[in-house]
Amino acid sequence: MTSSLRRRDGSRAGYLFVLPYVVLLAIFGIGPSIYAIYISLINTKTLKFAGISNYRDVLTDFRFVPALVHVLIYVAIWLPLMLVMVLALALILHARPGRLSASMRVIYYLPSAITGSANVLIWLFIMDPSLGPFKWILQLFGWKYRSDSLAPSHLPAIYAVMAFTLGCGSWIVIMYGALQNISTELLESARMDGANAVQLAWYLKLPLMGKYVSYMLILMIAGGLQLFVEPQLVYSLAKAGSPWWSLNQLAYYLGFQETNLGAASALSVLLLILGIGGALLVILRTKFFSTEVPR
Amino acid sequence: MTVQAPPREVAPPTRASSPAASGAHDWTLGRVVRLILLLVLALYFALPLVWMLLAPSKTDSQLVARNPYAFGSFANYATAWKHLLLFNDREIYRWIINSIWYSGATVVISVATAVPAGYALAATRIRGRQVILMATLISMITPAAARVLPLFLEINAVGLTDTAWSVILPSSFFPFGVYLAFVYFSTSLPRDVLDAARIDGSSESQLFSRIALPLAKPLVGLVSFFSFLGGWNDYFLPFVMLTSDRKYNLPVGLAALISGSPGINPGSTASNLPIARPEVALAGMVVVAPVAVAFIMTQKYVVSGILAGASKE
Repeated sequence: MTSSLRRRDGSRAGYLFVLPYVVLLAIFGIGPSIYAIYISLINTKTLKFAGISNYRDVLTDFRFVPALVHVLIYVAIWLPLMLVMVLALALILHARPGRLSASMRVIYYLPSAITGSANVLIWLFIMDPSLGPFKWILQLFGWKYRSDSLAPSHLPAIYAVMAFTLGCGSWIVIMYGALQNISTELLESARMDGANAVQLAWYLKLPLMGKYVSYMLILMIAGGLQLFVEPQLVYSLAKAGSPWWSLNQLAYYLGFQETNLGAASALSVLLLILGIGGALLVILRTKFFSTEVPR
Repeated sequence: MTVQAPPREVAPPTRASSPAASGAHDWTLGRVVRLILLLVLALYFALPLVWMLLAPSKTDSQLVARNPYAFGSFANYATAWKHLLLFNDREIYRWIINSIWYSGATVVISVATAVPAGYALAATRIRGRQVILMATLISMITPAAARVLPLFLEINAVGLTDTAWSVILPSSFFPFGVYLAFVYFSTSLPRDVLDAARIDGSSESQLFSRIALPLAKPLVGLVSFFSFLGGWNDYFLPFVMLTSDRKYNLPVGLAALISGSPGINPGSTASNLPIARPEVALAGMVVVAPVAVAFIMTQKYVVSGILAGASKE
């Protein structure tokens, strides 16, 4: 930036404005990934290059395949549940905008604000057939104790329903926003032609949501595989599942309980690649985000 | 699980007008089914919260014996709170203070870095802005949980684990806020206005503080809300970074308190404290209450979809 003939465009101050954030980005955004890749490629005891041996150790670990299967089943239940419910609810709410629709969106969004350990606490009560908020429904299944409802084979479905409850409202808000972008003239002329609310939703609105649906699916798959807090807390508080139930739990266990940082980083790097891969897919394929916003 | 705050489409703030064509309506079957469906789901989402609000009003045996939505007495809230205080000589106060400090500092640093950065990326022609924006987008969409263990390895390598900053600084890196600010300033700040002010001799910092910031109140509110939400609820990062219990934040502390008590696991003999199920529910309420307040204060912006998170088609 030496040319003084340049039209003043604020770039000098711009660098100062952006600098603190860029420092954080370098240290906490990019740095950890590079460091994890480095650790995953060395032998942490001898500090010598170890090639892919850490990766081989993780992938052949007896706990790896079960953890992978757990998260895959979880994602396989969660994905269709979310997709159907979010689209159906957004369309139903959008069919008749008004006070009811607005207050329903607020209520559906409420659970999104409660994540992490408070959410798990609530769910340990929800899954308790002796006293929880839905105890009568659980009792219909013949469950008497929480150990019945938290049986190992139920866990993937339970985490899927938990994640659905947590995320449904915020996705409805996004989809609803997307529906509001559909031109009113288009909807109006379809109505003039005699389309009813269901036909409008099915033939007109739904096909226009494709971009949002693919965005949602990619993010959900990339995020679902990272599952950690729920199975970790359910294990430590209610002793259901195991300390290596999910992939991220296994990475944590390898690093902290077995102090095998090499293997832990190898698994983290694999999970990170899945996450970044999903992110790149969203950015490059869906044209959802742009680095140039039209004015 | 840490759900990344979602981006939203720039939606024109629509009037809550019902479709013009569907004027006066009688109660058709379709409308009744729709109403029932919506209300049943509302109950599903809201009842667990109502339940948690009522649970500490009952004693542990009343919780099992009485209707889940029955109200016991206000005195039981006080009793349950006293029992929570017994843990490690009122350590819960320590965790509350830690949580306020960690999430407060996170909000301040993330807003102070994200808003000016978003402004610079939108309103000035700095070099490397494409690269910064791309890195921001990738970090924003990559699930936060994927970064926690690598972060631990890094912080551990410089010997800063088990400090407040090991939680505050990584959470203050807030790419979502930067992208939000970038889109906000790109769409709401006409370039002509900026150019005119430059010609009139305003300095860049004056442009930012006198023109951009006053426009950005809803933006600052939203970035603060999402940043607070992330910081206050965070479990994975503090759980990994902090080892001494006096440094825990509330979510990690409560999980430690509960896992050692018979509250969730009747019959657990790890501790003799009277931490039973009403106490656990009260603990949950303590975590949720500030989030509920922040939510009520900002829900107008959050749910209405005014929030711009992506470009319009």
